[in-house]
Amino acid sequence: MEHRPLKPDADTREHLVVIGNGMAGCRAVEELLARDPTRYRVTIFGAEPRVNYNRIMLSPVLAGEKCFDDIVINDAAWYTDNGIALAAGDPVAAIDRAAKTVTTRSGLSETYDRLLIATGSDPFIIPVPGKDLPGVIAFRDMDDVDTMLAAADAGGDAVVIGGGLLGLEAAHGLSLRGMKVTVIHLMPTLMERQLDEAAGWLLKNALEARGQTILTGADTAEIVGDGRVEGVRLKDGTLIPASLVVMAVGIRPSVALARDAGLAVGRGIQVDDHMVTSDPAVLAVGECVEHDGQVYGLVAPLWDMCRSLADGLVEKPSGYRGSATSTKLKVSGIDVFSAGDFSGGDGCEDIVLRDASRGVYKRVIVRDDRIVGAVLYGDTADGNWYFDLLKRQEDVSNLRDLLIFGQAFASGGGAADPKAAVAALSDDAEICGCNGVTKGQVVSCIAKGAHSLDAVRGTCKASASCGSCTSLVENLLALTLGDEVKAGPKTICKCTSFGHDDVRREIVAQAMRSIPEVMQKLHWTTPDGCSSCRPALNYYLLCALPGDYVDDQQSRFVNERLHANIQKDGTYSVVPRMWGGLTNPRELRAIADVVEKFNAPMVKVTGGQRLDIFGIKKEDLPAVWADLNAAGMVSGHAYGKALRTVKTCVGSEWCRFGTRDSTGLGVKIERMSWGSWMPHKFKIAVSGCPRNCAEATIKDFGIVCVDSGYELHVGGNGGIHVRATDLLCKVATEQEAMDHCAAFIQLYREEARYLERTAPWIERVGLAHIVARIVDDEPGREALRARFLYSQSFSQDDPWAQRAEGAEAEHHAPMARFTPQEAFA
Amino acid sequence: MTTAEWLDIGWVDQIPVRGSRTVQVEGGGDIAVFRTAEGKVFALLDRCPHKHGRLSQGIVHGGAVACPLHNWRISLSTGEALGEDKGCTPTVPVKIDAGRVLICRASTLKAAA
Repeated sequence: MEHRPLKPDADTREHLVVIGNGMAGCRAVEELLARDPTRYRVTIFGAEPRVNYNRIMLSPVLAGEKCFDDIVINDAAWYTDNGIALAAGDPVAAIDRAAKTVTTRSGLSETYDRLLIATGSDPFIIPVPGKDLPGVIAFRDMDDVDTMLAAADAGGDAVVIGGGLLGLEAAHGLSLRGMKVTVIHLMPTLMERQLDEAAGWLLKNALEARGQTILTGADTAEIVGDGRVEGVRLKDGTLIPASLVVMAVGIRPSVALARDAGLAVGRGIQVDDHMVTSDPAVLAVGECVEHDGQVYGLVAPLWDMCRSLADGLVEKPSGYRGSATSTKLKVSGIDVFSAGDFSGGDGCEDIVLRDASRGVYKRVIVRDDRIVGAVLYGDTADGNWYFDLLKRQEDVSNLRDLLIFGQAFASGGGAADPKAAVAALSDDAEICGCNGVTKGQVVSCIAKGAHSLDAVRGTCKASASCGSCTSLVENLLALTLGDEVKAGPKTICKCTSFGHDDVRREIVAQAMRSIPEVMQKLHWTTPDGCSSCRPALNYYLLCALPGDYVDDQQSRFVNERLHANIQKDGTYSVVPRMWGGLTNPRELRAIADVVEKFNAPMVKVTGGQRLDIFGIKKEDLPAVWADLNAAGMVSGHAYGKALRTVKTCVGSEWCRFGTRDSTGLGVKIERMSWGSWMPHKFKIAVSGCPRNCAEATIKDFGIVCVDSGYELHVGGNGGIHVRATDLLCKVATEQEAMDHCAAFIQLYREEARYLERTAPWIERVGLAHIVARIVDDEPGREALRARFLYSQSFSQDDPWAQRAEGAEAEHHAPMARFTPQEAFA
Repeated sequence: MTTAEWLDIGWVDQIPVRGSRTVQVEGGGDIAVFRTAEGKVFALLDRCPHKHGRLSQGIVHGGAVACPLHNWRISLSTGEALGEDKGCTPTVPVKIDAGRVLICRASTLKAAA
């Protein structure tokens, strides 16, 4: 990386040099800037060639739930905006305390007035033969993740040594990436430092159910391989093949630099309550330090340390007093929470709740009427509450009986209201674990004007990472602002805190592939959604992954499941497609025959110039479709959120006013666009002259032929709120009219919310947006059109034909029949 | 197997997960038999208490079904309308025996009548 001159000549401020561009180093600088942005000139040295990112989110990156950009905490602009010099990719090699300089590996030297060491920790590599073979890595930084991703692309077996937090997250990610994963753990149960035996066992079962092999009590003898890792041999002789071995057995404070510089080092760099080392000009913070005999390997204590450190730097010392810690496992779908000490011992009472059918296990450890530890598995909603009580050392004697049932119960009915639950949290209760944001910080950020979820996310970062605390933040907004709270985007339904646009964006960003996956990753609050969100998610996935996504029939409304319209008496109506409104004797005869054969009580010409056959029984539908198919007719999709009809007038072929062949163009457009699924029903019309007999100006897409070409209209609606179209543009040729139509449909398919017709969509986003995308941006229009036609290559098959041939015939027949005698016997 | 008390209507697997099948009772209303995502099976008269929509054609979610006509949500276990709506559909006890679905004869007759 190129080095800029780090010192502007005119700057005479005290120079703070930070070694470590990670979570602790940058957070310390952030805290300092928040207190006094001008006092120090700041230079940061980072070993990795990157800006500051959220290391605890590496697991979601590995799992494919996030990409690197999502976990960047401070981007390049932050360094520039705050006048911070960053030397990334060039680790500091030595500190000279007498000369007050640091020197990097490449030889760059820098003097300091104050030095902050935030070197974090190093992964522990167990000293077994083969540990240095290519393919043996730790799980510590973005490079490790890249190595794992490359290995996963090649496929094969992976062994993860270490069944702690990090090891399991690595195993989960590799498993999701398609590798066959074995976890080797020395101890008898997983995550034994965080979980008790019972929770460890539940966790092991859950992971095995996901296809991982978990070996506990397994001791690694050697890593084998000829020039590259090929497997791991255990002390009992078992050989496990592996093309990738991830060592995640623990971390050690990174103290080599400090020790070489002669600073006092125990297990970590020794610091006082203000994070000052044995040299008053040198500070240290984060996982590399030892405070009061403790070292920490979790993120929450960093925030506490950085606050004390920054207070000291601006000479308002506050003092760090150590941190209680809690952990969560970031493995989607497996909720594990652990805090404090659960090892029990004298005077400890265990309160345990097990609910096997829900897969829930909770254990709270109380000593002298105070919570000292908590382990939650399967339902971790109350984790923050227990942790808060633990940190505050609150007397829980009067909650004792109800404690295990969680906050809602223990606080008495009122707290069933989530707002009351949030109100009851203390100011230093942690709201967002990813970003280390407390309730007090969120409230103050709201008080300073962040009046929406997005604003809070943008200001104090709460809920901006994994999103699992979104509802807490929303409750704080409601609590703080009362009625002033600005309604965020409407959520899809009560099952989620996400709106339609967010869900669509996340589906694409996280490359989600199924409804359960969306519900899991976006923290749906219901087990399998509801009749509002499931059809929407089904559509969004279908639109995002044409040809790839497997349609979920049970998430479709009955009309789309049965390819006919349900009527109020439980019978169905059937509409065959008549291209452009044209028909012929053979089709008419077939329709007439069906009407007679199945005793359809009514046939009606629809508003879209098709024939609708009413009163067909569900069990007769396959036979009706077979007869209509035999006459060459396919489904009219009159039942679906799909292209319905293309209405036409007779045009130039017969009409004395017609300027162009509107019927022919209508047929062509219908041939192009039939079968496509849409956010809502979609209607097209083509009129042959401005007399507009096809009523093209109240259709989703309308074409009015004129002497000089084709006027293209969009966003019309003849429904409850009649809306005339907006003129999109005028084009000269049929082909251009078709191309614009395809692009418009695709834009609507990709951007409108499910069940939003074109009229409200256009009113929401503005006609200018549509014009910019379709008319002004020719390559963009072409790309939209190409995506539409690609999608159409999968969707233009007649659902009636498959059913007529017997597909899913059981949908149409009862499961059993009982005659009265039998039933009444 | 069918007994004096229980009617055998078929295999559990014949009911789609998060879906339903019906049982016709001659001279009476159909019975809708549902299977939830969790694998539980429930039976109700196939008639929404609101406007008699066919519940068997609705979307099954959690322990409820949304009626296809007007989206009332009906509890599969109690037959009660959920949320703001009021009304109840008769339920029929179900048991599973070695993969076979059995519905209570007396309740079936009462519900279908």
